[in-house]
Amino acid sequence: MGSLTADRFTQTSDGAPLLAPDEVLRYSRHLLLDEVGIEGQGRIKAARVLLIGAGGLGSPTALYLAAAGVGTIGLIDFDRVDESNLQRQLLHGTRDVGRPKVESARDRLRDVNPHVTVEVFNTRFTPDNALDIVRGFDIVVDGSDNFATRYLTNDACVLAGKRNVYGSIFRFEGQASVFGTDGGPCYRCLFREPPPAGLVPNCAEAGVLGVLPGLIGTIQATETLKLILGIGEPLIGRLLLVESLAMTFRTIKVRQDPSCPACGTDVSRGGGTIRSLADRAHDYAEVACDARTGSRSAKAAPSVREITPAELAEKVRLGDDFDLIDVREPLEWQLGQLAGARLVPLGTIAAAARELDPTREIVLYCKGGVRSLAAAEQLIEAGFSKVASLNGGIMRWRDEIDPTLPRY
Amino acid sequence: MSISITLPTVLAKLAGGNKALTEEVSADGTTVGAVVESLAQRYPALAPRLRDELGKPYPFVVYYLNDENIQLSGGFDASVRDGDEVTLVPAIAGG
Repeated sequence: MGSLTADRFTQTSDGAPLLAPDEVLRYSRHLLLDEVGIEGQGRIKAARVLLIGAGGLGSPTALYLAAAGVGTIGLIDFDRVDESNLQRQLLHGTRDVGRPKVESARDRLRDVNPHVTVEVFNTRFTPDNALDIVRGFDIVVDGSDNFATRYLTNDACVLAGKRNVYGSIFRFEGQASVFGTDGGPCYRCLFREPPPAGLVPNCAEAGVLGVLPGLIGTIQATETLKLILGIGEPLIGRLLLVESLAMTFRTIKVRQDPSCPACGTDVSRGGGTIRSLADRAHDYAEVACDARTGSRSAKAAPSVREITPAELAEKVRLGDDFDLIDVREPLEWQLGQLAGARLVPLGTIAAAARELDPTREIVLYCKGGVRSLAAAEQLIEAGFSKVASLNGGIMRWRDEIDPTLPRY
Repeated sequence: MSISITLPTVLAKLAGGNKALTEEVSADGTTVGAVVESLAQRYPALAPRLRDELGKPYPFVVYYLNDENIQLSGGFDASVRDGDEVTLVPAIAGG
């Protein structure tokens, strides 16, 4: 009977309906793999995967997981599509500029595969909502773009017992691993604490080769499918290091650390001290990629005075005597700078301090107002007292004073 | 004895553009910390990216001695032997 043949491909071994005929066709290249087959495709269809971030890493991950037939994809991102995203964030197109990323992503994923349910969270991932959101999914994919969210993702996954498929990128390099499995290490086993703001540039300040998130995001998608299917050797206990200029791939061992504050079990050595997300709130307080205030830095250095673009413009108009110092990198300087400023990149400010006049007022600025706070902090530590940082940086100056400056 | 050191691209420019370096250190009882300090002396601009002001490793930069994280084998006190490889892996957060 012809119907028997059809049943073999549309029912699981216990007879439950699994795949509609059009799904059998859609996923036929999976069904032909011994390691996937009809049972495996059913597991993929039943899976619920949460993507933290619908940006560079989230784009390829979401596209491939949707195409693969992951039944429910959760997307959390508070951001809107910006033209500067399109160089690498393939979920979004030119016509999506200005739309919430999760909406643009949902439309794209529906087109890729209408069988997939997309659950969107158009909000920030915060200590208040993290556990509730994470608990609704089987696997979390970390495609965030800042340390605060990465530590929050890790700790929430450990507390909720969720696997965390990690990937991150910087310039030409990337990392990937699988954290938060039973007995496996977590992100804090490797990197115990986040760096202070300003020491390591985030994505908004640092360049990245556009295809690099494609390379790392597709590795995250691969690991996610392996976890769902229970096949192969996921990157558990291993950190993959990708260097795209030399095009080298290397894995290094990551061991579960009994003294890890998140997942460690040796209480006498500080293991497992993070019992709730309130325990490490300061680790999650770093400013996000596009944020215009330096809350974390400001908290660390309450003495740093900030001035607004309007206040700075007024000082210029009045002919006040002050040093205007741009602490960005030379390539950013080339894209546009404030009149009368000179360039002293953040990394060189300590050395340059010797040549600055401590009796003159100094106004520091960067792109978004975070690095200039860090620079101000260094100058104050070096004994300078008349130091101010431009709140919101040159981007806020552009928005409020001089629209002819380019955004980047 | 000589120890080879691998830096990530982002730090290589602070070490004269070299991703792969060799550090010659005295033969006896030498540790990862001594190798790092020797490197810091050679490249002062790189020094603050390698360790904190007290000479201790940062919690967001991991050192591998051959294939093992030194956190689990004494940190900067882990001893090195001729021909060992030290790899510096910084936390990165872009996405």
